[in-house]
Amino acid sequence: MLEIKNIVKTFGDRPVVQDVSFVFHPGKTNLVIGESGSGKTTILKLMVGLHLPTSGSVLFDGRDFTAMKGKDQQTVRKEIGMLFQAGALFDSMTLEQNVKFPLDMYTNLSEKEKIERVNFCLSRVKLEGSNKLYPAELSGGMKKRAALARAISNNPKYLFCDEPNSGLDPKTSIIIDTLIHSITQEFNITTIIITHDMNSVLEIGENIMYLYKGKNWWAGNKKDILHSNNEELNNFVFASDFMKQVFKGAQSKT
Amino acid sequence: MNLFFHIGRYFILLRRVFAKPEKFSMYFRQILFEMNSLGIGSLGLIAIISVFMGAVITIQTAYNITNPLIPAYTLGFTTRESIILEFSPTIVSLILAGKVGSNISSEIGTMRISEQIDALEIMGINSASFLILPKILAAIIINPFLIVISMFVGIAGGYVIGVYTGACTSYNYILGIQSFFIPFNVFYSLFKTAIFAFIITSVAAYHGYYTSGGALEVGRASTKAIVYTSILILITNLIITKLMLY
Repeated sequence: MLEIKNIVKTFGDRPVVQDVSFVFHPGKTNLVIGESGSGKTTILKLMVGLHLPTSGSVLFDGRDFTAMKGKDQQTVRKEIGMLFQAGALFDSMTLEQNVKFPLDMYTNLSEKEKIERVNFCLSRVKLEGSNKLYPAELSGGMKKRAALARAISNNPKYLFCDEPNSGLDPKTSIIIDTLIHSITQEFNITTIIITHDMNSVLEIGENIMYLYKGKNWWAGNKKDILHSNNEELNNFVFASDFMKQVFKGAQSKT
Repeated sequence: MNLFFHIGRYFILLRRVFAKPEKFSMYFRQILFEMNSLGIGSLGLIAIISVFMGAVITIQTAYNITNPLIPAYTLGFTTRESIILEFSPTIVSLILAGKVGSNISSEIGTMRISEQIDALEIMGINSASFLILPKILAAIIINPFLIVISMFVGIAGGYVIGVYTGACTSYNYILGIQSFFIPFNVFYSLFKTAIFAFIITSVAAYHGYYTSGGALEVGRASTKAIVYTSILILITNLIITKLMLY
C-alpha cells in the first residue's frame, strides 16, 4: 500500500500541491486525474522522490520515503517501476538490454535467467522477438510497451505511469490501459497512473483521485464519476457536449 | 556570483560522481565501452591532425632556419620537441574537447531532457556516477595512448614532408629526433594529457547533466562545454607547464 499524507509542495511562493492525502491500493489501478497544471506530475515526482515535498510524507507500506536517505531510499526505489510519458528508454541500448538493465544492476541471476525474464516481460507486452531492436526503430505504442516491460522486469511492488496514453491513438491507448490493468492484477502491484485521458478513467479507474488547483478535490471509482455532483469534476470529465451526451447515456443505463 | 554557483555545483556533482558504485562489474563494462567510444573512435581524426601538424611544424621550422651555423639536425629536434611538449598533448586535447566534449554534453543533455536520467534515479542508480565516472576514467586511461600515437604520427609526418621537400636529409632528421632526448618531457606531456582528459569529460558532463528545456538547450550546453573546456585546458596548461618545466 502506498499512502501520501498532507503533502504540500511550493515552488518559490507558488503552491502547486496543497495538503493532499490519499491511499493507493495494491492490485488496483489507482488514477490521479486533473487538468493540466493541477499538480498531477508534481505529485508523481514527489512520490518517486524526484522532488522533495515542502511538508508531508510518502509512505511505502508504512515506511516514510521522504525521511529516508541513502541505502534505505535505494531499497524502496528497487521496488519501484516507472513508465515515463515518452518511455525514457535508453537510446544506446537494444530492447533486450533496456529490459535487462534493472536485472543487471540489482540481481544475481545468471545471464540465461536474465534473458528468460526479458523474454517473458517482452512477451507479456506483446513484443516478443523484438529483442534486438533499438528504441529509435519503434513506434510510439511499441515504445510505451517496451518501457512497461522494463518497468516490470524487476518485479516491482509499485508501478508509476506518467500519462501512458499521451500521443497514442485511441485503439493503442486501450491496449496500453488493458495491459497495465492486467499486469496490476496479475502481480498484485500498486499501480498509480497519472492521466487526463477520460477513456482510461472510465475503462480502468478503480481508485481515482481528482486534483483541482493542487488539492484533492474528489475521490471515488469510475462508477462514482458518472453519478458525482461535483461541479469541477463534471466540468473536467465532460468537457465537451459530446461527452455530456455520452454521460447521459451512461447514467441512464446504470 | 554566477561563476561561484557553477563552481560549487560542479564540485557537488563530482562528489556524486566519485561515490561508491552500485555494481562494479556494470561500471567496468561501461568503462570499456567508453574507451572504445571516446578513444578508439577519435583515432582517425587524431592521426590526420597529427600528420599534418608534424608536417607544418617541419616546414615552418625549415623556413625560419636560415643561419648556416645552425646544425642540420635541428629540424628533427625542433619538430620532436614541439610535438611532444605542446602540440600533441595540448592541441590534440583541444580538438578532443570539441569532438568528445560536445559528444558527452549532448549525449547526457539529451538523456536529461528525455527523462532517461530520471529513469536511472528512480531505479535507485546514482545517475551522475553511472553516466560520468566511466567516461572520466576511460578518457584518463585512453587519452595518453592517443597522444603517444599522435606523437609518433606527427614526427613521422614531419619526416615525410622534410625529406620529400628536401628541407633535410633522412639521416639528419632521424639524428635530430634522437638528440638531447629528455624522458621527463614525455612524462610531463602524458601527465597533462590525463589532466586535460579529466577536464574534457567532467566539464562537458557537467554542462550536459544540468541541461533543462529542449533541443535548443542541449545545443547551447554543448557549445558552452566546448568553450569552457578549451579555456580551462589553456589555463591548466600554463599552470602545469610553469610548475613542471620552469
